[in-house]
Amino acid sequence: MSSIVAEQLSKTFPGEARPVVDSVSFRIEPGEFVVLLGPSGCGKTTLLKMINRLYEPTSGRLLIDGADARAVPATELRRRIGYVIQQTGLFPHLRIEQNIAVVPQLLGWERRRIEVRIDELLDLVELPRAYRRRYPRQLSGGEQQRVGLARALAADPGLMLMDEPFGALDAITRARLQDELLRIQQRLHKTILFVTHDVDEALRLADRLLIMRAGRMVQFDTPLAVLSHPADDFVRDLLSADDVLRRLSLLRVADALRPPAVNEGYGNGSSALTPTDDLRIALGRVLEAGGESLPVVADGQNVGRVTPASIAAALARGERALPD
Amino acid sequence: MLALLLEAYEYFLANQSRFWAAATQHVWISSAALLIGTAIGLPVGIWAARRAHAGQWAINAFGALRLIPSLAVLFLAQPYLGIGALPALVALTLLAVPPVLIAAYAGVRNVDRGVSEAARGMGMTAAQILWRVELPLALPSIVGGVRSAAVEVIASATLAAFIGGGGLGIFITRGYALFDTRIMLVGAIPVALLALTVELALALVQRRLSSNAGMAA
Ligand SMILES: Nc1ncnc2c1ncn2[C@@H]1O[C@H](COP(=O)(O)OP(=O)(O)O)[C@@H](O)[C@H]1O
Ligand SMILES: [Mg+2]
Repeated sequence: MSSIVAEQLSKTFPGEARPVVDSVSFRIEPGEFVVLLGPSGCGKTTLLKMINRLYEPTSGRLLIDGADARAVPATELRRRIGYVIQQTGLFPHLRIEQNIAVVPQLLGWERRRIEVRIDELLDLVELPRAYRRRYPRQLSGGEQQRVGLARALAADPGLMLMDEPFGALDAITRARLQDELLRIQQRLHKTILFVTHDVDEALRLADRLLIMRAGRMVQFDTPLAVLSHPADDFVRDLLSADDVLRRLSLLRVADALRPPAVNEGYGNGSSALTPTDDLRIALGRVLEAGGESLPVVADGQNVGRVTPASIAAALARGERALPD
Repeated sequence: MLALLLEAYEYFLANQSRFWAAATQHVWISSAALLIGTAIGLPVGIWAARRAHAGQWAINAFGALRLIPSLAVLFLAQPYLGIGALPALVALTLLAVPPVLIAAYAGVRNVDRGVSEAARGMGMTAAQILWRVELPLALPSIVGGVRSAAVEVIASATLAAFIGGGGLGIFITRGYALFDTRIMLVGAIPVALLALTVELALALVQRRLSSNAGMAA
């Protein structure tokens, strides 16, 4: 878990008139999952590469865990930061185990510790240990990206930089890997900076969205806050914030709960909702059940109900009733 | 034809000590030229691959050098280096450099951008990237370059005899001077066999390397 502070970070490539990243400032708390979102060419990759110093900023300052990123040699800094890219960048001439072992080896870990770690990581990303001896080309695209993730996590870095890691995968594989990443993040609590131009992916993964346009940061807030209060028309259009169903999918039944009706039974048990269902699903079920109301059940107890009016009210408020 | 071969064989039996001396000289001068040529071409090729503009320029220059026929290189070197084994070695080395250099350049250049970027992003130093990533991945291509250089050098070393450099070419010049085809064959056949053997051996090495590297299709 690392904190990252950017102060007026800018990057102008040699011979270019305009900066590609323009005075970007932000603070990312330890353990946050931040998604960098913006149209292609807006400077997301450039910003990300300034954090592990693949690019040096033209001006501005970057603090990682409170220390200036320039205080240590770039190679040393990078060994403490996990890096995952779209093309995977797996070494084709090395076996899976050797690929995963690269950073621990650079850090001088002893052989036994590395061996144990390789098995742990294969388990973590749900690849069979038998894959250790394979070469990257013998794996599917999704499996290769799991190895890419394992390799980046190998030395247990506090910070992960991920540049469109699932961008080359088919929709089903991508969704699977998004779930895996969320599951892994719940266990490991890394600070993650994840670049994408896919809005659904961003909304699904982010604790906070950092939205960029033409090198500038235009908004930095939770998905729900950005959707409910977009900073400008650009953000509104980018996220299709007018799409009611999209906003509902970020709210939960708990946000639209009314007290139970006095004369209400359990109704049809299978159609009962739980407090953690999202409101998009809830609305669908309410409409299916005749458009009146549906009971909400938690731990076998009837805890309340949801009605079209309560869903509309939650949508208008645009905030979560209870933080997770 | 068969009679001619038999006669050439008789000449070989009668001149064994001269033949083996010439063959040894041929192998020695070829190996030395190949070794020095690789020692020059490899680092320059790798250096060129790592810088965009200077690299392209160097590659074009060496590519042009390749178009000069070997015989011309031998004769052009003569006024400066005189006659004997040394000028032959220099000329053969000049022949060996371009194929190795171009192969090293192409091999390093063709390393996938994502792969080298990942290597850098993971914290490898420039030297580690070179030794652990770029060179292993470029190796099949480099061996291919050494292979074409070797064939070229072995064949061209025949011409060394023209400037007093010795080698199996002496039988060819002698046979030519005496209008004696038998003697020419005693030089020509072993050179062809030598070139073919080296070509096949290195082709095998190249194939093994590509599949070991997990890169075969
Ligand atoms: N090394 C570079 N040299 C010059 N221009 C670059 C370089 N890298 C990126 N750019 C330019 O900077 C802009 C932003 O690129 P990038 O950060 O890759 O955008 P994104 O990742 O958001 O698609 C683009 O216009 C791109 O052409
Ligand atoms: Mg990008």
